[in-house]
Amino acid sequence: MTPGRTILYGAALMAALLVAGLVMPRWLQFLCTMAISHGVVSLGIVLLMRSGVVSFGQGFVFGAGGYAAALAANHLGISDAFVLVAFGGGAAVLLAAPIAPLLARYRSIFFAMLTLAISMVLYGVLVKSSAMGGSDGFNVSRPTLLGAEVPAESANFALYAVAVIVVGILATAARIYSDSVRGLVSLAIRENELRVEYLGASVTGAIAVNFVFAAFLGGVGGALTLLALGHIEPGFSYWTTSGEFVFIAILAGHHSMLAVFAASLAVELVRSFSNLYFPHTWQLGMGIFLLLMIRFLPRGLGSLWADRRGTAVQSS
Amino acid sequence: MTEVLSARGLAKSFGAVTAADGVDIDIAAGERVSLIGSNGAGKTTFVNMVTGYLKPDAGRITLQGRDITRLGPRRITRLGVARSFQVPQLAHDLTVLDNMLVAAACSDGRLSFWKPARSPARREQALALLERFTLAGDAGRRVAELPGGVRKLLDIAMALTGRPKLLLLDEPTSGVSAQEKYPMMDTIAGALAGEDVTVLFVEHDMDIVTRYADRVVAFYSGRIIADDAPQAVLADEQVRRYVTGTLQPASRTC
Repeated sequence: MTPGRTILYGAALMAALLVAGLVMPRWLQFLCTMAISHGVVSLGIVLLMRSGVVSFGQGFVFGAGGYAAALAANHLGISDAFVLVAFGGGAAVLLAAPIAPLLARYRSIFFAMLTLAISMVLYGVLVKSSAMGGSDGFNVSRPTLLGAEVPAESANFALYAVAVIVVGILATAARIYSDSVRGLVSLAIRENELRVEYLGASVTGAIAVNFVFAAFLGGVGGALTLLALGHIEPGFSYWTTSGEFVFIAILAGHHSMLAVFAASLAVELVRSFSNLYFPHTWQLGMGIFLLLMIRFLPRGLGSLWADRRGTAVQSS
Repeated sequence: MTEVLSARGLAKSFGAVTAADGVDIDIAAGERVSLIGSNGAGKTTFVNMVTGYLKPDAGRITLQGRDITRLGPRRITRLGVARSFQVPQLAHDLTVLDNMLVAAACSDGRLSFWKPARSPARREQALALLERFTLAGDAGRRVAELPGGVRKLLDIAMALTGRPKLLLLDEPTSGVSAQEKYPMMDTIAGALAGEDVTVLFVEHDMDIVTRYADRVVAFYSGRIIADDAPQAVLADEQVRRYVTGTLQPASRTC
C-alpha cells in the first residue's frame, strides 16, 4: 500500500472513531481511551517483534513518558494535552536512545531480560524517590485542550479524542514504516539476520531504530494513560505492567497495526467485566483467553485479515 | 590484468586444527575460479575470511588494493564482495519476491523509513533479476515451500542484487541432484554472463569444475597445493592423491 493510501485509510478510521466516540457512553469512552493508550505501547513491542526481539520492559518507557508528562504538568505549568503527550514521548526517547545501541546487540531472552531489568531499575528509583511521590505517586489536574479549558462532563470524550488523534497518527506512521524499505528489512532480520548483514545492512542499527521508535510510542502511551487517570505511580514501570503490554502484542501478532488496538480493547473489556463479576479470578480468564488464542490463532488476531491480504497481494 | 582480490600469508587455526596455513592467492578481475579440496581442506574458511565472517590469525587480505583483513561482513559487502552460502541463508517466512526486495533495499545503502518496499519499480527490478535465474514463476511462493535447488538459486540471485565486484559461491550445487546440477550451473552462468563480476566458487564435483571454471585452486590441509587451469590442476599428482582420490596413497611397507 502506498503511503498516501495508508494516510487516507488512517484518516477515515480516525474520523469514524471520533464520530463513534460522540455516541459512546462515558464509561466506554474511558475504556477505549485506556485501550488506545495501552495499545500504542504494545504497538512499539510489535515493531520490535517484527525485527525479531521482544521487550519485556516497556514499562520503562511507559513510566518515563507518564512521569515526564506529570512533572511537566505540575512543575513546568504545561497543561495542554497534546503538548504533554509530546513531552512524554520525547522524554522516553531521550532515555531510550543512549541505551538502544547496547540493547540492539542482544537477542531473544537476553534482550527481553535486559529491558525488564532497566524497567525495574526505574521502578526502584521511583518507589524510593519522595520527589516523585514515592510508592503512592501523585495526581495531575485535568489538562486543557489547545488552550481551552475542558468541562468535566466532556472530559472523557476530549481525552478519547486526543488519544484517537495522536495514536491514529502514530499508528498510521507505524503502518507506513512497516510497509517501507526499512520495515521489510526488519522482517528479514527477524527471519535471518546473517543474510541481512551479508547484504550490507546494519542489523543492530535497524533494531536500535525500532527500539527508539517503540520508546516514543511507549512514552506517548504513558502520558495518555496519565491524563486519563489523572494520577501516576511507580506501578507504571512495574514488570506486570510490561507483561500486560507483551500479552496484548502476542494476542495481536505482528502482521497488523489495527489488531494491536483490537487486542488491547479485548483485554480491557475482559479485565473490566471480569473485575466486576469475578474479581479474584480474572487473571485465570485472561490466561485461558491467551491459551486459546495461541492454540487457534498462533499468528495473532491480525492474521485473520493480514494473511488474506498478503495472499491477495501475492496473487496480484 | 588488475587484481580484485589478494591474500598473503593467511593463517587460521581452530584449536589444534589448522584451517589456513600461509595461503597466498591473487584473483584477477573477471576470472571464474573454483576452489577445490576435501572436507576440512580450508576452502570455506578461506571464503569466510575473505567475507569477514572469520578474522585470520595472521596475514592480509586486500580488495582492489584496500586492506579488508579486519573488516566485518557488512563493511566488506559494502565494498563490493557478495556471497552465497552452502546452506542458503534466506528469510523463510517471506516470499521469493520479498527476499529479492530485501536484497535490493539493502544494496541501495539507505533504508528509507517511508518509501514503500514493494513499489512497482522495485518489484519490476526484482522480477527482472529473478527472471534471469528462472525464478520469476516462484516470485509469490514462500521460501519455506521451495525445493533446495531453487533456494540455492535465490541465495545467489540475492547476492548478485548489489552488483558486486567479487562473488563467492560456497558449494552452489551441494544438495542438488546429479540431473539438476548442470541445468543449475547453466542458469547461474547465464545470469552472470555480461556482469562485470569476478567469481570464486567452492565445488566438489570435478566435472562441474572443469566445465565452468577457467582456473582451479586446490586446497589441502589449509594450504594451496595447486593453482592453474582446470586440466593442469586435475592432473597434478598431489591433487589426484589428496583431493580427487584418483591416485592411491603410496603403499606402506612394514
